[in-house]
Amino acid sequence: MQPERPISPSSLSVKDLRWQILWDKETCTLCGKCTAVCPVNAIELGVFRKRLIEPPVGFLEPPGNITKSYYGVRQKTDPAYACVGCAMCNMVCPNNAIAPMRADEVDKLRFHLDRGGQPRRRGGRRNVPGVLLDRLKFIRISMLTDPALDAGRHEFELRTLLGRVLPPEENLQHIREHGWIPPVREIYPLVIGGMSFGALSPNMWEGLQMGVAYLNEELGMPVRMSTGEGGCPPRLLRSRFLKYVILQIASGYFGWDEILHAIPEMKEDPCAIEIKYGQGAKPGDGGLLMWYKVNRLIAAIRGVPAGVSLPSPPTHQTQYSIEESVAKMIQSMSMAWGFRVPVYPKISGTSTALAVLNNLTRNPYAAGLAIDGEDGGTGAAYNVSMNHMGHPIASNIRDAYLTLVKLGMQNQLPLFAGGGVGKTGNLAANAAALIMLGASGIQTGKYIMQAAAGCLGSESDRCNICNIGLCPKGITAQDPRLYRRLNVDDVAQRVVDVFLSFDTELKKIVAPLGRSTSLPIGMSDALGVDDYRTAERLSIKYVV
Amino acid sequence: MCRLFAITSKEPLSPMVAVEALNVMREGHDGSGVGLFLRDLSGPFEDLKDAPILSGIFSEEGLKRLDTFMMDVGFMTKYKISIKVPKTPPPGVPRRDIYLIRAYEYPEEWEGLSREDLHFRLMTTRLQLRSMGEQKEDMIVFSFWPDVIMLKEIGDPMAVARHLQLDRKELRARVLMAQGRQNTNYAINLYACHPFFIQGFASMTNGENTAFIPIRTFLESRGFPGYIGYNSDSEVFTHILHYTTTRLGFGIEAYKHIITPLQDGDIEKHPNAEFLRRLKQTCRPLIIDGPNCVIGCLPDGSLFMVQDRKKLRPGVVGGKPGMFAFSSEICGLDAAIPLRDKSRDLQPMYLDTAVVGPDRQEVRLCSQKDPLALPR
Repeated sequence: MQPERPISPSSLSVKDLRWQILWDKETCTLCGKCTAVCPVNAIELGVFRKRLIEPPVGFLEPPGNITKSYYGVRQKTDPAYACVGCAMCNMVCPNNAIAPMRADEVDKLRFHLDRGGQPRRRGGRRNVPGVLLDRLKFIRISMLTDPALDAGRHEFELRTLLGRVLPPEENLQHIREHGWIPPVREIYPLVIGGMSFGALSPNMWEGLQMGVAYLNEELGMPVRMSTGEGGCPPRLLRSRFLKYVILQIASGYFGWDEILHAIPEMKEDPCAIEIKYGQGAKPGDGGLLMWYKVNRLIAAIRGVPAGVSLPSPPTHQTQYSIEESVAKMIQSMSMAWGFRVPVYPKISGTSTALAVLNNLTRNPYAAGLAIDGEDGGTGAAYNVSMNHMGHPIASNIRDAYLTLVKLGMQNQLPLFAGGGVGKTGNLAANAAALIMLGASGIQTGKYIMQAAAGCLGSESDRCNICNIGLCPKGITAQDPRLYRRLNVDDVAQRVVDVFLSFDTELKKIVAPLGRSTSLPIGMSDALGVDDYRTAERLSIKYVV
Repeated sequence: MCRLFAITSKEPLSPMVAVEALNVMREGHDGSGVGLFLRDLSGPFEDLKDAPILSGIFSEEGLKRLDTFMMDVGFMTKYKISIKVPKTPPPGVPRRDIYLIRAYEYPEEWEGLSREDLHFRLMTTRLQLRSMGEQKEDMIVFSFWPDVIMLKEIGDPMAVARHLQLDRKELRARVLMAQGRQNTNYAINLYACHPFFIQGFASMTNGENTAFIPIRTFLESRGFPGYIGYNSDSEVFTHILHYTTTRLGFGIEAYKHIITPLQDGDIEKHPNAEFLRRLKQTCRPLIIDGPNCVIGCLPDGSLFMVQDRKKLRPGVVGGKPGMFAFSSEICGLDAAIPLRDKSRDLQPMYLDTAVVGPDRQEVRLCSQKDPLALPR
């Protein structure tokens, strides 16, 4: 039998798609909310024909049938409109009549997502479930000889230092001789990692900033947030809240014209300057803000025309090596704020991280190093970059710490670890494990998006459309019709909830280990893992 | 939990005073070992104040190697105490050939060395001997320093003391420190036994040091050859004391600011706020976190006691002019100095450092909230 329509190579059936819409005719009210809310127009009103056979009773009349039509929801099979599994249809459905289900086999859609020769680009995450950090256990529990501390009642001081810390002898000498002592910030060890204004919607960004301000001013928790590469709203630059912000400069220099011009009017110094050289989700690739999201507001803050894609170059164009970056860029940025602001680079996890680190140890102005592992998230990247490029964070941070130990500089150059921390929901446990491997602090982005704003992404390729500005929750959308779904105050409230619960969990981890007066950086004797090779690689205990 | 006892007295005392004090506190230790530190010695050592004294345990073979080594360096024996022990040690005490206490005359080439160089060489000589002993397991070296004797052995403190006949005149000293050991997380190794010693500084600790690994890592990476060992997590307390004093130039009042710095809120109110903030940052890896009571002795013969940040361990200081003792428990203090004004006993709290100076006239209590003397 001939098909009704010609079959092209990219003709797919619903079965071939990654997500299949299950729709229940019985409970559907035909209200149309699902088709209206679908961010990718994967479903539409369907008019279906149905033949009804009506065999009469007895033999007097011949068998007959009638054909009727009914209305319902039809899933499109064109790859351009493939369901992304966000399940907003289910969220808005009054009768729970519709929901996407993951295909039971590897989809065929993936072979057809490169129309026009454009490989798949998306936002989100690596889509690999599970993370090594979850397998690291805290094994050094204080027992009878020295009872564990009380996470609820004892005093805790779990802050970290961001900035170059001089070794004790040199520091005292500088104090005595009134020499220059590099700026050091005492901050909360969990930092909201760089998510730009542009990648995030205005409501999301404002909510994060409000939450951070509340944590600092009302709860005394010195939480800091990196701007990502997208500049900073002018009013924030000129407000006292700037001290809670880490300004990021990256290879596109977006927004830095505005920032530099605001320096004379700044009431406070920013917490720090982060020079982004790489990102865990798309290592060796520059930032990417696709044209969908570059509206007039974003364009104004970034100092670019509206409606054009903004791919940052993979490297800083004014230099050709990280050595030169270290020498010039760190110094220039330090100089811009009179050497009062810590300046540190952020790189993606890589097997060459130690070369960068060794270089930084010789630069007296380098205030730290942030390393972003392969499980980091992004607002937009090529699929191949996210899935196949990068380095896991655990061994990278461990090697970096042990290198510093060898040089005796483990307290001088703080390491910040990011990339997949809290990927499966275990934020505090993952963070504590990285700290004990040698990180001074943790950067997290995706977890905050999920917990503070309800991001729908998961490790099974769900949603992941941050790049095209259609975020159904309004987190990464730049269309007011979408981002007004996100209430600024609610985001702020959730940010506070996340940090408070993180703080309690962190205490619940360190108290049984007998730690409370300082962050257990490099306390590797507390860690164990059930895999011998991993234990050996990370120089921690093998436990079974 | 171990038990600690230290006493400083105008009149020389027998080491048995300290061992007896440990004995009354024996509920708190399991008799798995004892360590003794004696300073400001009397008797034959009274006139040998400058001669370095080597303390350790040697096998016959080890002793021969020691003699060869020391002669090669140019050391001449000036005086020695021979402890002849019965052939059969008491139960739990291992059989040893020689408990050595020997005072030396400096090699001629060492004359004219600066004080610092001399101290450095004394330390490296001890470390060399330790390393030699570890290779062949024939020497254990505790200290090599003028006017200092150390003894350590496995076994019940009282049984060990009787076995070694510690109640002898030659061993009388004006400063005694003793620890009754509770063997817990580390195998019995005499290098894990308190008190620990480095270049004139000694300390002993009660409790576990939960921040041991980061502290050890930091000390080991200072590039100072004496910062090794760490068979016990408590050895770092001695080395931090040494580092604070010799490398950073602080007095004992700053020790507590290094190991248990004030919380940020308290630092803000402190007269040296800016300095303490910097100090806390730069010495962050030396912050201890365990429940600990540290009793130590400085090169000038001062004794001190500090507690951890939460004051989770017992510790009391009391006495009378001319004689003061530091003890884990009051019963230990009572045993050593029964006739004293008990109302003046002190239990240093979480901010305090209690010091009895070499004059032994009073207990000086300094709080972390007091202004701090800046380093020399």
